[in-house]
Amino acid sequence: MTIRSIAARESVQPRPLTTEPAVRLRGVRKRFGAHQVLNDLAATFPAGKVTGLVGPNGAGKTTLIKILLGLVTPDAGSVEVLGRPLDGTPDYRARLGYMSQSPRFAEQLTGRELVAMVRDLRGTTGPIDESLLEWFAGTRILDQRVSTLSGGTRQKLNAALAFLFRPDLLILDEPTAGLDPVASRRLKDAILAARDRGVTVILSSHLAGELEELADHLVFVLDGRVRFEGSGRELARTTGWNDLERGLAALMGEGR
Amino acid sequence: MRSFLRILVCQLKEGARSRPIWGYGILLLLLTDALFRFGGGGTRVVLSLINVVLLLVPLFGAVFGTMHFHQARGFALFLLAQPVGRRPLLAALYTGLALPLTVAFLAGLGLPFLWHAAPDPALWRPLATLIGVGVLLTLTATALALLVSVRIADRARGLAAALLLWITGAVLFDGLLLLISVTFDRWPLERPLLGLTLLNPFDLGRVLLLLQLDRSALLGYTGALFAKFFGSGVGVAVAGTALLAWVAGPLGAAFRLFQRQDL
Repeated sequence: MTIRSIAARESVQPRPLTTEPAVRLRGVRKRFGAHQVLNDLAATFPAGKVTGLVGPNGAGKTTLIKILLGLVTPDAGSVEVLGRPLDGTPDYRARLGYMSQSPRFAEQLTGRELVAMVRDLRGTTGPIDESLLEWFAGTRILDQRVSTLSGGTRQKLNAALAFLFRPDLLILDEPTAGLDPVASRRLKDAILAARDRGVTVILSSHLAGELEELADHLVFVLDGRVRFEGSGRELARTTGWNDLERGLAALMGEGR
Repeated sequence: MRSFLRILVCQLKEGARSRPIWGYGILLLLLTDALFRFGGGGTRVVLSLINVVLLLVPLFGAVFGTMHFHQARGFALFLLAQPVGRRPLLAALYTGLALPLTVAFLAGLGLPFLWHAAPDPALWRPLATLIGVGVLLTLTATALALLVSVRIADRARGLAAALLLWITGAVLFDGLLLLISVTFDRWPLERPLLGLTLLNPFDLGRVLLLLQLDRSALLGYTGALFAKFFGSGVGVAVAGTALLAWVAGPLGAAFRLFQRQDL
């Protein structure tokens, strides 16, 4: 069974193509104490594509993701997610799937109880699609308490929860960190299958190979500003490096 | 409301499966049972249990509560990535811990009373007071733990703050009152000290208990002040209301802080 076959069996229709970006940020500023984390950041994340969010540690990527999730309020600027300006209400997050780098769940709940809770919170009705869960992590996790799961298995559950409720926008923060090669491959296939269905994906990653394989579009953040936005090919033209890793390093000022 | 109830159900399951909460309930049960068996029985057991209620209940509520809420921080972030508002989330987290702690307290104190003292109607009123104060102190300590966890992100510092709060309420505050009353003994201090008593939930709990039990010898300075100013009935009402304010105050502060906090 593959993720594409699961998608085909579920008769998932591709979302209509749109030229409007799924996420748009303009003049976003955020300061934590003396540290200006985001500084007039402007970026667009095209709908129905995988956008790689790249930059060195401390560049502001996590803050940007937290702003999109409504966890951090920007000091200035405007943020639109799926055509709607963020106004503090949480409803838009029913259309989001989020996979954090190090997931934390309620330790004493079983996988099934956790999935059922998220389903109810998102207002989704009907039975849970266990095939996707099985594909990611095996159905055994459904009856196990979270406290008994290894770090990698938690991350698989985390991945399943991000994809399970058919989000329009997936935000994935270092999603393959801690995954074994099989799970990592499955996750990448799931990302591509989601993209094929018209889902917008924001993929924060340091792995050039992963970005090369998955990302249609790149947003490079440095010192709280977007320093490059475009395709891998445009990055190669800008930096003179065909290799994405060297190109990104060049943007950071270390590659040459 | 739907989000609140859904998260609360899961938090209650967490609480029901939590070993420390079971351990707390069993400890209280063994302690109460032992006091009934070896402590002379009757109202003497109630008096012995006052210190347990005034010291152990807030200590466990504040320290375990702070650890629990810090541990729940990552899960709270996960839930906030769902269509969940911050208020229902925080309300469910608080209620989801305060309720299991209250049930553990009720079972730990109540069950031994049921099988040792139920036939003695003279014990019903002091028992009801003891349980009432214990529940209020549980809710207060959990509310303070929530405020500490929201205010201080670092787990070790949060735990230190919770312990400091407990030591201040249990020991240091009475020392401060004593110091003030000795230093300014020529001044009319009753009213300021009465006001200061309202600032300490431990003292309020003790005043509430001893006024109800009518043990004037054990009232202490603050209890005597309450008895003098308000008389037993009004004193109990004032102390009870102040203790309720100690639940509402930290909860309100935690909600306000969490609502506008960057996470």
